[in-house]
Amino acid sequence: MIQVASTPQWRARERRREQLFQLVGALIVLFALTTLVVLLTKILLDGFARLNPEFFSSFPSRRAENAGILPALVGSAYLLLLTAAIAIPIGVGAAVYLEEFARRNWFTRLIEINITNLAGVPSVIYGLLGLQVFVRTLMMDRSLIAGACTMALLALPVIITAAREGLRTVPKSLRDGSLALGATQWQTVRYTVLPVAIPSILTGVILSLSRVVGETAPLLVIGAVVFISRLPDSPASPFTVLPVQIYNWTTRPQHAFQENAAAGIIVLLVLLLTMNALAIYLRNRYQKRLPI
Amino acid sequence: MAYTRAVVQIGADSRNRRRVRAEERIVRGFLFVCALLGVVTTFAIVFILFTESLGFFEHVSVWEFLTGTVWTPTFANKAFGVLPLVTGTLLTSLIALALAGPVGLLTAVYLSEYASPRVRRVVKPTLEVLAGIPTVVYGYFALTFLTPLLQRFIPALEGFNALSAGLVMGIMILPTIASLSEDALYAVPNSLRYASLALGATRFQTVWGVVVPAAMSGVSAAFLLGVSRAVGETMIVAVAAGQQPNFTFNPLRAVETMTAYIVRITMGDTPHGSVEYRTIFAVGLLLFLMTLALNLASELVRRRYKGARV
Repeated sequence: MIQVASTPQWRARERRREQLFQLVGALIVLFALTTLVVLLTKILLDGFARLNPEFFSSFPSRRAENAGILPALVGSAYLLLLTAAIAIPIGVGAAVYLEEFARRNWFTRLIEINITNLAGVPSVIYGLLGLQVFVRTLMMDRSLIAGACTMALLALPVIITAAREGLRTVPKSLRDGSLALGATQWQTVRYTVLPVAIPSILTGVILSLSRVVGETAPLLVIGAVVFISRLPDSPASPFTVLPVQIYNWTTRPQHAFQENAAAGIIVLLVLLLTMNALAIYLRNRYQKRLPI
Repeated sequence: MAYTRAVVQIGADSRNRRRVRAEERIVRGFLFVCALLGVVTTFAIVFILFTESLGFFEHVSVWEFLTGTVWTPTFANKAFGVLPLVTGTLLTSLIALALAGPVGLLTAVYLSEYASPRVRRVVKPTLEVLAGIPTVVYGYFALTFLTPLLQRFIPALEGFNALSAGLVMGIMILPTIASLSEDALYAVPNSLRYASLALGATRFQTVWGVVVPAAMSGVSAAFLLGVSRAVGETMIVAVAAGQQPNFTFNPLRAVETMTAYIVRITMGDTPHGSVEYRTIFAVGLLLFLMTLALNLASELVRRRYKGARV
């Protein structure tokens, strides 16, 4: 491939090729940026006009101009809280076990490989799992809690990985110091490792949970309904969430509903942005505090 | 302070020590159960997909399922050939790879070998934002922006089609491919670059003749993982590719992917326990096996060449 022939023509050709690639590379890099700008502009243009107070306080309706996202917004918030309440303790617990307690043996390897593979399972499959286990076998029906359990399983691999990374930022010297004073493994984790690691664990966990907010397919499969006339008042209530509502509006043929979808997307993106900003804020605060 | 408290507890009498030891065991057990839940989840997925599929394969032979070219489980005249769903999935995924493969690799090469830190500071977050956009938003974009745009140039393009769903799916997997490829390029030791440059090779020759081939395993792994994500992606294709299981490789037509089919059936009122209902588990099993194979292949490719590098 590499031929060295230092004739002037060769050098000129090489220089042209180099410049050409620089240009192509710059254009390609611009591609991602342009796509993002076009996508956001399109959505803002379509949906901004629909963002009035009634849109936030109304229930879905057969008439596009009366329809609102109140139940979807409330449903998303409840689902997020319930999912977090289930997934964070289990996920952080699993991470603590793998990082602080587990011996390096084949069984630990099995658990680790398994978590990696679970992260690659398509989300719609988690929907089938939730449908069969939570909705049917455990008879939770198409309820908020069934949705939260399904989403918790979906989020677990990512949360475990994020929490493990958070635990790894704690210097070994802290653990050694605590153990040398006679503390047990769990006391070391509880009083020394976790207090130091919690901000960075939280950062990772919030980022993982922001995926839950945008996830649609598993909830469609387990049966989040779109038309509900009451806000969910218990974990056993039927529910809908923002992405499901957006999907429903997008697939209607009438253009007016697509404006609703775009407005819903704006709300969803703002919500995700807030969560990410919160994660970044926590990370920055934590970085300042690091020298203990 | 917390440390002091822990220490004070330990220094106490033997009754206290027994309590601490019991607590230690209980906590350890609880944490172990948490870690085990992942394994349980995997088993549950495999168990459910297999048992429900078995019920389906009592009515339809595996051969008919895998080789039939007509998929009409919800019609009066039922046919259970899954190939239209498979070709729909492959078609959209390959279109996605055709876009995201070259663009992702070029982005990675540009970022790792050419770009100034200032460009990196703009492009990396852009890719991260693209990666964080929910797929239903991409679906909206494909249906209401890209399809009408493409129809201006390709009048034969149907309102639902594999082409724009595939292209937008390419944008969705672009961050995965770009950032994993960049990691692979980054891992190539500088000594290789210096050696090549010292021999008089230009930067272009060094990049494409030395660095990219050295990173090929990581780049291939990134491509495989990208395809796996495209195969398992649901919302873009459910919104923009249509819901008609056409047995075709024509990107201008509507197709239905395996994921979109699962969503369509679960949202409809197919009676629970019927053969039509069980199809979603048979299709889910096939989907699970396909993505598993792709993920394992990606992992193998990555690991196989890892040790071989200089």
